[in-house]
Amino acid sequence: MNLDFTPEEQAFRDEVRTFLAAELPDDIRTAVADRTDLTKEQIVRWQRILNARGWAVPKWQPEHGGCGWTPAQKYIFQEELSLARAPEEFSFNVAMIGPILQRFGTDAQKAKFLAPTANLDIWWCQGFSEPGSGSDLASLKTSAVRDGDDYVVNGQKIWTTLAQHADWIFALVRTDPKAPKPQMGISFLLIDMTSPGITVRPIRTIDDHHEVNEVFFDDVRVPAENLIGTENRGWDYAKHLLGNERSGIARIGLSKERLRWARDTAAEMAADGRLTPREHDRLLRDLVEAEIDLKALELTQLRVVAADSGHGGEGAGAAASILKVKGTEVQQRMTEIMMTLAGPAGLALPDGGHGRNEAVEDRWLSAAAPYYFTMRKVSIYGGSNEIQRNIVAKTVLGL
Amino acid sequence: MDFDFSDDQRLLKDSVARFVAERYGFEDRTRMLAMPGGRDPAIWSAMAELGLLGLPFAEADGGFGGGGTETMILMEEFGRGLVVEPYLSAIVLAGTILGDAASGDQRAARIERIVAGDHRLAVAFAEPRGPRYAVDARATVAVGDRLTGEKIAVLGGGDAHELIVSARTSTGETGLFFVDAAAPGVSVHAEAGYDGSRVATVRLDDVPAERIAGDGAAHLTRAIEAANAALCAEAVGAMAAALDLTTEYLKTRKQFGVPIASFQALQHRAVDMLMQLELARSMAIFAAVSLDQPPAVRAANIAAAKVQVARAARFVGQQAVQLHGGIGITAEYKIGHVFKRLTAIETLFGDADHHLDALTDIGGLAA
Ligand SMILES: Cc1cc2nc3c(=O)[nH]c(=O)nc-3n(C[C@H](O)[C@H](O)[C@H](O)COP(=O)(O)OP(=O)(O)OC[C@H]3O[C@@H](n4cnc5c(N)ncnc54)[C@H](O)[C@@H]3O)c2cc1C
Repeated sequence: MNLDFTPEEQAFRDEVRTFLAAELPDDIRTAVADRTDLTKEQIVRWQRILNARGWAVPKWQPEHGGCGWTPAQKYIFQEELSLARAPEEFSFNVAMIGPILQRFGTDAQKAKFLAPTANLDIWWCQGFSEPGSGSDLASLKTSAVRDGDDYVVNGQKIWTTLAQHADWIFALVRTDPKAPKPQMGISFLLIDMTSPGITVRPIRTIDDHHEVNEVFFDDVRVPAENLIGTENRGWDYAKHLLGNERSGIARIGLSKERLRWARDTAAEMAADGRLTPREHDRLLRDLVEAEIDLKALELTQLRVVAADSGHGGEGAGAAASILKVKGTEVQQRMTEIMMTLAGPAGLALPDGGHGRNEAVEDRWLSAAAPYYFTMRKVSIYGGSNEIQRNIVAKTVLGL
Repeated sequence: MDFDFSDDQRLLKDSVARFVAERYGFEDRTRMLAMPGGRDPAIWSAMAELGLLGLPFAEADGGFGGGGTETMILMEEFGRGLVVEPYLSAIVLAGTILGDAASGDQRAARIERIVAGDHRLAVAFAEPRGPRYAVDARATVAVGDRLTGEKIAVLGGGDAHELIVSARTSTGETGLFFVDAAAPGVSVHAEAGYDGSRVATVRLDDVPAERIAGDGAAHLTRAIEAANAALCAEAVGAMAAALDLTTEYLKTRKQFGVPIASFQALQHRAVDMLMQLELARSMAIFAAVSLDQPPAVRAANIAAAKVQVARAARFVGQQAVQLHGGIGITAEYKIGHVFKRLTAIETLFGDADHHLDALTDIGGLAA
């Protein structure tokens, strides 16, 4: 047993850190630290900075821009990004459609899409969920009917994150309504968002943001060459997409960064009298408790990383589900601590008016509540935490 | 021992419940929030007509002589409807100070107009940079009868006619003062709160004021206790609404070919929510009846109630959202707004941690 990273891994960490110190723009770092919104321009700019360094898509195959890193290196990279307050990986492009295209795409699809996907010249969104099909995704109804060289798509997607910025959507559609099992009649289509017949309607969320959308398809013609793999096998590809993220799902770096941020902010607030010594002490205790949870989670994650690298241990059973549930619980706990720090001064919304007092001019103060509210989503999406528990009960415990 | 409401109290409950149901549907509320000032002035007038604005004032002053139980009844119904009118600040908080501390002349000059809905007060005591829950004034100072300073998080401050402001006097104690919100030197900036309320920042620059006699910190403390008791009741109403909406949703939402209510994991979660609600309701009653107790008992009991209610509010609010899935975080459905109001109630006038400390200092609840 040895819980330390190797000297080579440490050196790699230093290299990443040096890059981030030099290349991460201040405006982006500040927005991430305050948990205010990143603009589309900021997200694209950052992806291109990474791409210029060759680090935009480390997990991809080397011929498409991958870095050939060990699981430990991937882990270190992601952690350093979070700690430096860089934007999170743009998962729709980097973790979802990119790997799908590499594994199941045709040569023509790879040639057309992979490079612009890595550089965020194409912004992808994910069209899986429907009003009637959330946890029970396989019941989805959006239909695609073959007509000559096209599919004709009709139906509705919902909760489509950032579809308002998207150039393309990868969607699950029903191509065989009579298949013996619902999973067997689903196909995976790439659809140009500028196609006639697509309407995007915004959904406002309780943090008063526009992040998710409804996407309507009304006789949308999609060239059959945009089918991924084989017709009616889309469910297998989607499962691959949802299951291939063992190492990032817990977002440990993100919680570590929040922990640091909360300690620093609490110290500042104690120094200028906004927290009494007693309030400060209690917050420090809360933070230590969260830190212990996070350490346990991190070590569990590292057991998975080690198992994936062939460095012993068998990993944790049903690792992805466990990391997802406990990881999101820690993330949500950190947002609660941020709320405690903000206190009643966090009541006012960011754009609530002018003439703000000095205390409120700390931008994070008015971002704390929206962030707390929006982070309730992490236990709902990506397979809700209830669904994850069902999976563990069935696959690990055999119940 | 008697947990029953009197006939009058039952009537009050029915009339407030009917008022909220008729005038405060979720769509009505959304529409009213978009109006200038974030509310519909007609609602305040209607509350006056129903006699709600006079509820806690003494009959001798032109009020209806209600006590903690009456306020609890009303606030629970307001909680169900997510009522955003500044009742808590203008009637409960300011009304407690008026009733306890203002002179006969000061009361006579105001209460009848308040009850009629023509005069609204707000209480300005929190200061920037100061400890968040302090009741003693530091940076706002009184020189004679003139005030200078800055106040934040003033509930209902945006459209109040008059403010009750805490300020440090020349002798170093905290005094309370009436300040005309339209007086030269007063500037008020209202902001929208995430829960639909309005909070204001108030700046005072050598502003004329009228002193309210006595120890301002003590009066504020008592008013804040009344506000916390009221908030406990409001939270109970909001939690009840959350639970109703959630159980209704579980029965109608289908996944995997069945109503999701058939999943035992979700049934148990809903039961946990109900248990939190019932314990919170018990403590809200405890808080309401404690308002008549001697200061030490009152302080302890209300602190205990706020701890229990704040924790319940967090659990019930979060789980209501969780059980709704994606729908839970959309602005178009009521449930997310219930969650947001419950979140605000947690932190207003002291969060659970603050009240745990307070109760620890008191030495716990009386045996
Ligand atoms: C902010 C946000 C962004 C999203 N982005 C996208 C996106 O970009 N693309 C996309 O395709 N989708 C996206 N989603 C959709 C997301 O994947 C779904 O919300 C999720 O699958 C849950 O589905 P639902 O919301 O319909 O809830 P439901 O499935 O209706 O679930 C409601 C409740 O029932 C519980 N439940 C359901 N079934 C069971 C069961 N068998 N046992 C126990 N409990 C159960 C759930 O856990 C939940 O608590 C997003 C969602 C959110 C909130």
